[in-house]
Amino acid sequence: MNVLVCVKRVPSPGAKIVLTEDGTAIDTKHLGFTVSPHEECAVEEAVRIVAKQGGSSTVLSLGPPAAEEQLRTALSMGVDRAVLLPTDGDEWDPRAVAAAITTAIRTLEGEGEPFDLVLFGNESADAGNFQVGIRVAYALGRPVVSGVKAIESSAGAASFHRGVADGFEVCEAPLPAVAAVKEGINVPRYPAMRGRIMAAKATIRHLEPERRTNGLTMLRLRQPVQEETETVILGSGAEAAPAVVKVMEQAGLL
Amino acid sequence: MSELPEHASVVVIGAGIVGNCLVGHLADKGWTDIVLVDKGPLPDPGGSTGHASNFIFPVDHSKEFAQLTLDSQRQYEEMGVQVSPGGIEVARTEERMEELRRRMASAKAWGVEAHLLTPDQVKELVPFVETDVILGGFHTPSVSVVDSLQAGTIMRQRALDKGALSVSTWTEVEDIEVHEGRVTAVVTDKGRITCDHVVVACGVWSPRIAAMAGATIPLTPAVHQMIDVGPIPQLEATRAEIAFPIVRDMDTGMYERQNGGDMEVGSYAHRPILHMPDEIPSIAESQLSPTQLPLTQEDFDPQMEDALELMPELLDTPGAGVKHGINGLLSLTPDGGAVLGETIEVRGLWSAAAVWIKEGPGVGRAIAEWMTDGYSEIDLHGADIARFTPNQRTWQHIRARASEGFNKTYGIVHPREQWESNRGSRVSSFHARTEALGAVYFEAGGWERPQWYESNASLLEEFGDRIPGREHEWDARWWSPIINAEHLAMRERAGIIDLTAFGIFEVSGPGACDYLQRMVVANVDRPVGRIMYTPVLTHNGGFRSDLTVVRLAWDRYRIITGGADWGRDRKWFTDHLPDDGSAHLADLTSAWCTAGVWGPRARDILRSVTDHDLSNEAFGFGWAQQVEIAGIPTLMLRISYVGDLGWEIHAPMEHGQKLWDTLWEAGQAHGMAAVGGGVYGTTGRIEKGYRLMGAELDSEYNPVEAGLAFPKVKDAGFIGKEAYLRARESDPIARMCSLTVEDHTSGSGMKRYMNGGEPILTTDGGRIVDAHGRPSFVTTAGSGPSVGKHILLAYLPSEHAVEGTELLVEYMGEHYPVSVRSASRNGVFDPTDDRMKA
Repeated sequence: MNVLVCVKRVPSPGAKIVLTEDGTAIDTKHLGFTVSPHEECAVEEAVRIVAKQGGSSTVLSLGPPAAEEQLRTALSMGVDRAVLLPTDGDEWDPRAVAAAITTAIRTLEGEGEPFDLVLFGNESADAGNFQVGIRVAYALGRPVVSGVKAIESSAGAASFHRGVADGFEVCEAPLPAVAAVKEGINVPRYPAMRGRIMAAKATIRHLEPERRTNGLTMLRLRQPVQEETETVILGSGAEAAPAVVKVMEQAGLL
Repeated sequence: MSELPEHASVVVIGAGIVGNCLVGHLADKGWTDIVLVDKGPLPDPGGSTGHASNFIFPVDHSKEFAQLTLDSQRQYEEMGVQVSPGGIEVARTEERMEELRRRMASAKAWGVEAHLLTPDQVKELVPFVETDVILGGFHTPSVSVVDSLQAGTIMRQRALDKGALSVSTWTEVEDIEVHEGRVTAVVTDKGRITCDHVVVACGVWSPRIAAMAGATIPLTPAVHQMIDVGPIPQLEATRAEIAFPIVRDMDTGMYERQNGGDMEVGSYAHRPILHMPDEIPSIAESQLSPTQLPLTQEDFDPQMEDALELMPELLDTPGAGVKHGINGLLSLTPDGGAVLGETIEVRGLWSAAAVWIKEGPGVGRAIAEWMTDGYSEIDLHGADIARFTPNQRTWQHIRARASEGFNKTYGIVHPREQWESNRGSRVSSFHARTEALGAVYFEAGGWERPQWYESNASLLEEFGDRIPGREHEWDARWWSPIINAEHLAMRERAGIIDLTAFGIFEVSGPGACDYLQRMVVANVDRPVGRIMYTPVLTHNGGFRSDLTVVRLAWDRYRIITGGADWGRDRKWFTDHLPDDGSAHLADLTSAWCTAGVWGPRARDILRSVTDHDLSNEAFGFGWAQQVEIAGIPTLMLRISYVGDLGWEIHAPMEHGQKLWDTLWEAGQAHGMAAVGGGVYGTTGRIEKGYRLMGAELDSEYNPVEAGLAFPKVKDAGFIGKEAYLRARESDPIARMCSLTVEDHTSGSGMKRYMNGGEPILTTDGGRIVDAHGRPSFVTTAGSGPSVGKHILLAYLPSEHAVEGTELLVEYMGEHYPVSVRSASRNGVFDPTDDRMKA
């Protein structure tokens, strides 16, 4: 089983998101970067599938050179190799991202074994377009399932569990296929120190992407009106209990 | 939380470990109407305390740090927030093993139990350490882990329970108002508080807050990286927050500290990463907290390899991974010390910054004492914010030294070690000449001062047989036998010394005499031209300073003090100027250069450049006169800190080069050598037993103990007089003594030479402590080339302070016999001062 997992480098903000002066991006001066929790789970799932069934795993990202950090984190969790489609740091629209990833997948597959499974996070943590995985699947002509909370695969086919209101919906698809997974599919491991050291020394392959134009253009970002909240201290120790009970009653919890 | 009051006696800004401990101690000292504000919530407002590793290694080579840490441990213990798993500093190199032996001596000096361990003994205590990579360890059973947030809560509560404190959280300080140089109010987003005192205890934000009042607190926020690795079943099985001793892997600049089922791995080995106080994110903007910035992984990668090498199995436990990592912000200062005391710019505005968890409660207590009584039980001169010169307060300097100092956190720092960055900024007017002579410069009060001259290597041919070489690299580091050769050349012929680093103040006005009478122990109401050497005391009768005062006119005096003491003395003298304006103080440090010429031929040399009568009758010892030298107006002072005939010559800075050239040329016929600070500050000084502020003298000792009490006490009142009179009434508990080393031979046969800081022990190896609990240790060590001995200065309890007493000194794990040679101020060379008064 060969699995490709796609991740996006995104800022990891605090409670208040600060925008750049021109309002077109998040000010990341003080921020660290990460991938969305869905993508973290997708990486974990890829590692688990390969550990169980053999084959190899690859992690891919389209983003600035600094996105190597996120690729190395995936490597330190046990992914075998990493590919970066380097950009100059601009945010690409979902069509352009999907087109570049599709091209990269064709290139990689052209060199060897095809990917039985291409995993995405259900949506990115910042833009949240919910599009890239589906667009890539469509371009490659492969079946796609989104909102995936479990994957069971066997030779030539896989079943995907999707969470719905009253339980699970199970979809079966022939392989190769594409899945957009959701947080909760697994509990991702912490990257081991030894893995970190190996990942720090790993070579990351760069494939220059071509940017497709005429997609969505982001004009600017705007802060929604912040809801003012007030903290009321109900007391301390045992004497606070009646006040807590009262609040819980008001909230209909008791 | 309480409402913000309109008035307070003191506003403490910052509710970290320092601010909290301070309000508790202020309340203990009787302060009321204390207000504590913080822009964050309690108990963790988001400063460095909140992410501290909270462990305390009590052994430090510095007395001040050791005392503050031991006091803090006592306080944490009393609060019930301390556990003591012990700690081990492991060595990977032979050089570090030597440093651990040196730490054993410091442990003994300050009375902390410690043991050297073999690798196997380390493994018995910490079974997951890889013994193959270490040579041994330094075990301190009293290494502790504290709950600094709970300690803060307890200390706040102590003040709240007394009704002395109001606390206001989520309160941002927007301005500090100052009127006529005094702090008057703190303006916050919740309202304005008028107040008499403000304490900036804001850690990494301190420079920003102080700047609101126009004051400087020289520190920079800097990153210390740490990660949490887990879950680790072997640690989880202990069912304790910490059961195994903390390991400091000194040679890699790292530590490993159990944190429940995880291992926290921290580093001081990565590149220095500095931030600016104005650019720290707000609480809302921060992912974790303002002082817990995202880990920059690439900086930490090499450290992880080191950690895995030391604890391979534990850190590589299957399933364990890096759970969490931060670039934690802490405060670094230009010299690594804390920044404590009233700021030099604004009266009533205090700094309590750059303090670690290990010193927090001790600093809280000391500052509360200082604010209340004017002095603290633990001498804080090394941490006094006034110690920094203007050039040391610039951002360039702060950042350069913080960068250089960061990797010394776990480093092996030699007692004489010099900084490498941002040098050459403050030089005397003799600099071009001293540089041409191959001067090796040491820093003194921000000045470049020649320590010895490479061009004097030729003197070794003449004097080499009287100068023992130092075989061990450590003993010889930042030292040269040329120093001893310069010393002998001065004693036999003459030497010229660049003393421009002196601090020089001029006090003038009709009230100058009365004012100085109140400031110093010596009687300064003496004839014009008289030089008075004098202690300057704190209110408790300990040393605030020692310096020289010259009466220049009936209403004008010059004060000459050491370069390192300049800032603290300037503040002390300025703060006490009379309110009626009858005396003024001008700092003329940058206006005067000073050269000293001493040695038996000094008079002959100077006679050749001036017509002035320099005879003993016309120009006696202890007098100053205006003298023309080659058309340069100078003030010549017949005194000496090296114990030889000669003069200190003050000239306007712009005449400096000509003065040097004139003296230099005149000296050639007499074999005069350029002589450095190695002689002036150490060898010449200690042969004479002369004391140095900060080494022999601090506020914990009085003039009677230091042997510097005068035969008579003047009628005029002065600061510290009552305590001084009390001290004179009985025999001192301890006395400053000069000792000589009687045998330098170590176990290996190599001769070893102490550098200072070592404990003095009884002949059976027992620790010596006086009735006040003060230990005997070497305050200065150095060669006495004229007496052919290595000299150690140390306070000894009176029963040991007897000439001829045999004792031991511990150095690098071995004991050496020493003998008390002088128990008075007279020293071991020319005790009757015949040479100086010739």
